[in-house]
Amino acid sequence: MALKMVKGSIDRMFDKNLQDLVRGIRNHKEDEAKYISQCIDEIKQELKQDNIAVKANAVCKLTYLQMLGYDISWAAFNIIEVMSASKFTFKRIGYLAASQCFHEGTDVIMLTTNQIRKDLSSPSQYDTGVALTGLSCFVTPDLARDLANDIMTLMSHTKPYIRKKAVLIMYKVFLKYPESLRPAFPRLKEKLEDPDPGVQSAAVNVICELARRNPKNYLSLAPLFFKLMTSSTNNWVLIKIIKLFGALTPLEPRLGKKLIEPLTNLIHSTSAMSLLYECVNTVIAVLISLSSGMPNHSASIQLCVQKLRILIEDSDQNLKYLGLLAMSKILRTHPKSVQAHKDLVLQCLDDKDESIRLRALDLLYGMVSKKNLVEIVKKLMSHVDKAEGTTYRDELLTKIIDICSQCNYQHITNFQWYISVLVELTRLEGTRHGHLIAAQMLDVAIRVKAIRKFAVSQMSALLDRAHLVASSTQRNGICEVLYAAAWICGEFSEHLQEPQQTLEAMLRPKVTTLPGHIQAVYVQNVVKLYAAILQQKEQAAEPEAAQDVTQLMVERLPQFVQSADLEVQERASCILQLVKHIQKLQAKDVPVAEEVSALFAGELNPVAPKAQKKVPVPEGLDLDAWINEPPSDSESEDEKPKAIFHEEEQRHVKQRQPEADEEELARRREARKQEQANNPFYIKSSPSPQKRYQDLPGVEHIPVVQIDLSVPLKVPGMPASDQYVKLEEERRQRQRLEKDRKKKKKKDKERKGRARRRGSLLSESDEDVAPAQQVDIVTEEMPENALPSDEDDKDPNDPYRALDIDLDRPLADSEKLPVQKHRNADTSKSPEKEHVPVTEKKPKKPKKKEKKLREKEKQPREKEREKEGKEEKPGEDLDFWLSTTPLSAVPPAPEEPGANAVIAAAQEEGEEARREEPADEAEDDDERDPEKKPSKHKKKKHKKEKEERSKDKKKPKKKKPASDGAAEPVENGALDEDPLPVRARVQLLPLG
Amino acid sequence: WPAKMIQAILVFNNHGKPRLVRFYQRFPEEIQQQIVRETFHLVLKQDDNICNFLEGGSLIGGSDYKLIYRHYATLYFVFCVDSSESELGILDLIQVFVETLDKCFENVCELDLIFHMDKVHYILQEVVMGGMVLETNMNEIVAQIEAQNRLEKSEGGLSAAPARAVSAVKNINLPEIPRNINIGDLNIKVPNLSQFV
Repeated sequence: MALKMVKGSIDRMFDKNLQDLVRGIRNHKEDEAKYISQCIDEIKQELKQDNIAVKANAVCKLTYLQMLGYDISWAAFNIIEVMSASKFTFKRIGYLAASQCFHEGTDVIMLTTNQIRKDLSSPSQYDTGVALTGLSCFVTPDLARDLANDIMTLMSHTKPYIRKKAVLIMYKVFLKYPESLRPAFPRLKEKLEDPDPGVQSAAVNVICELARRNPKNYLSLAPLFFKLMTSSTNNWVLIKIIKLFGALTPLEPRLGKKLIEPLTNLIHSTSAMSLLYECVNTVIAVLISLSSGMPNHSASIQLCVQKLRILIEDSDQNLKYLGLLAMSKILRTHPKSVQAHKDLVLQCLDDKDESIRLRALDLLYGMVSKKNLVEIVKKLMSHVDKAEGTTYRDELLTKIIDICSQCNYQHITNFQWYISVLVELTRLEGTRHGHLIAAQMLDVAIRVKAIRKFAVSQMSALLDRAHLVASSTQRNGICEVLYAAAWICGEFSEHLQEPQQTLEAMLRPKVTTLPGHIQAVYVQNVVKLYAAILQQKEQAAEPEAAQDVTQLMVERLPQFVQSADLEVQERASCILQLVKHIQKLQAKDVPVAEEVSALFAGELNPVAPKAQKKVPVPEGLDLDAWINEPPSDSESEDEKPKAIFHEEEQRHVKQRQPEADEEELARRREARKQEQANNPFYIKSSPSPQKRYQDLPGVEHIPVVQIDLSVPLKVPGMPASDQYVKLEEERRQRQRLEKDRKKKKKKDKERKGRARRRGSLLSESDEDVAPAQQVDIVTEEMPENALPSDEDDKDPNDPYRALDIDLDRPLADSEKLPVQKHRNADTSKSPEKEHVPVTEKKPKKPKKKEKKLREKEKQPREKEREKEGKEEKPGEDLDFWLSTTPLSAVPPAPEEPGANAVIAAAQEEGEEARREEPADEAEDDDERDPEKKPSKHKKKKHKKEKEERSKDKKKPKKKKPASDGAAEPVENGALDEDPLPVRARVQLLPLG
Repeated sequence: WPAKMIQAILVFNNHGKPRLVRFYQRFPEEIQQQIVRETFHLVLKQDDNICNFLEGGSLIGGSDYKLIYRHYATLYFVFCVDSSESELGILDLIQVFVETLDKCFENVCELDLIFHMDKVHYILQEVVMGGMVLETNMNEIVAQIEAQNRLEKSEGGLSAAPARAVSAVKNINLPEIPRNINIGDLNIKVPNLSQFV
């Protein structure tokens, strides 16, 4: 036996350990894969041995190979063997390997349940710790269910090291086994006020994460979090809580009101940038939630914007980035405050860092006004030319379009300028966003009637240059604009100067190289052009010219008939046939223009994308009800569909008649008419769409003003948006002069309004910029009484939905966590098993009489607490708390059952500590003491910390001037802003 | 589905060689390697004086996730986190992690990470657990690490075993020497330093 052991040791001696493996791999650079497969063979041999040390060593090496990309799941069983080793050294190796490679699909994972339970209740805190850490990575629904009670018990372990791990892992347990949330929640809530900062931080972490997903269930915790926020000095905790409040405030605006002051104080006092930043973020969230109700927070907004400006101006790129990010949130509700910092944002557009530039671009969206749109877009266009990467350039392009088209083009005063910008953008090489430009061209041309003439001239020029756009294969993204160009030239062909020329351009052989869907539009619109030309020629009595055009069509159309694209082919052959027919008629001198034009008579109106979806279901209409009797099975199915339809209609009317009286019928008829009038798909004998819109309610505000063209429509040469900038400036100059003249006159008359006007003069507000052309922007058609925007579809697979659980309802017996008594008889020896979950009304019988006594003491208190909880509904409690003035930093404790529960729990904690280590008790008491006096029993180090903490605690209450940036002691080194130089301090130097 | 606040922690060197790969969500090994490569190429493109946040890594998470990284000498430390984490907080956390490594390894260098990947994991486990921030106080982290190291030492450790075995061999004076001795492996070669610079 002894010899065998020695022999094992000898074998062991020549096994490679991790370092040998690493070294070996590095020495086999050329045949690494071969070397590793050889090592894996050795590892397989080692795993076959009985010696646990050999196995552990092998598993350790496997963990390394896993990092290099090797699948080690085949060793799962051996990993479990190592996990169950008695020595911590080996156990740790096993759990590490398991945490790296186990997952829900690992079948042997179910073998681990008892081993893990044993480790969780091990007397050694590091065995427990290692098991918790491992479990946190591979917990499955089964493990969560079986171990939930054990872990919950560990939340009250005497060692904070275990408590914090147990608290944290509960989050994973909740996710995998949502039923555990309600039974475990009371204890988790207690941990928010754990004397150990690490445990407290873990509890805040878990609850914040839960609340972030389902905020409404956690509103009742707001008072507790508020108390923590005003008392904690741990920046990690503060950040989490403040982030949580950001999620809660939209649900409860009164909470926001309460938060503003303490948050503002923190913003003034903290020196930690991370905390400052999160405070600003939450203040923004609060202000957004308040924006409807409370007007008077301009000071807070100013403070936020000021602080953010400081961040953006910082040389640290990270702060700059975050500053811009937060600024964009303010922008949504308070654009004016942000617009004041336009200079800064424009400056960031020139930053060398792309992330910064992208963030600045985001901000620009909200900063444009009628006044500065042209200038901003000009700047962006210059960036487009300079941009290197296509991603950034495409981003610029979409932003230009977003900015210009936002809010129904409200900032555009000159659509000629905009069309020129769009045309300029078509020169972009390799963009993916050709379709975006195309969509804009179409939209503007359709909806802004005054611009059609100009648009058509630009589009025909574009079609003429189509070979440039479509030539290189790289640029195929941009050829989408030809789709728009062809459609616009066809649909509005009456505005074309040289229709024949455009027609020829559209019939060039090169066109057949374009994508099918574009060719199809070409073919269709060629006919529109053709119709227009025919009309023109016939009116001018030039039959030969008309026949020439027909001849051209007949000659060129076959190239499309041969297209591989079915759509193109079909349209082309249909049209070719038509044209040939026309040719015959023309030969007989029959006038055809009228009839050909009739093909395209009438206007196409823009319809809002979701119009169909939003047609409200008329009153009394049940879409699911049978219109007529459900068909009997015997009915044959090959009856003519038309007949069925006809029959239905008749029967339908007949059925209804007896039910509805005359009045009802009249009402319905009226409703139907209304419905038809608003139905975008119902073809009406349309007067001009403009008139119709004016009849509709709610559209009076759309300006329909006579067109006043002060800018010449035709700009010589290539369209360059820059020309408009100059023209625009001149025009505004003129306008301003005129206005000043008027003002002088007015001034004498009314002096009261002066102050206001002066303000607007300084910044030349939007209202002062009169548009160059008054244009009628046709609104997209929408049914009347359109339904409110469709709800966001919730993801049915969202794991957090299962955690949307009411936590305030008292716990039912059936919800208790399963306790598995039969399997782990030996576990009751361990200290933490003595703790009984608070929620369990029948605690396990303690073994010693002494304990029994304690339990008895405890129970009445528990009952009391339960009573309290039942008496005061959480909602009312919250109402009371919210209605109290926010001045006191510590909210009135007696009103909250939560706080009571925690104090009671802390006492339990104290008792337990007394049993374990009497010395700890005093410490605990002190920790619990709200005043936090330094304790005599404390070790020096603790004392020091505590003093610092109590010092800190007072600080946030005082308002400090913002300039007082003196670094205050912060307990947590991590977030202490007193800077550890970012890169320099820790030198990861090569060995010298 | 993403359930992790920190979804992945990756450490690799200037050449993209992984030194620590810790995913808190299951990915098959080859996908893990792919993510490491992609992440490496993403951060490599960044100049050093550019902000430490990267959006839109395609493989991990999605739009809610950000890469937050720091570059120390030869190593990149990259955390992939969702929006529940404070960006600056995570930057500080990386600093805490690295400083802890520095304390535990006494002037940490890339070689420490190469040869003691297991220990690096144990240290990380005291900082982040299951994708959640566990502890940010460096003194506390170091204290727990040291206590566990002491425990390991008291058990004889993994590395101590061969030494004891060697002495056992000497005492017994065993005549025959086991077959497959690979001298090359027993030789502790000084690693080629130039690769780490």
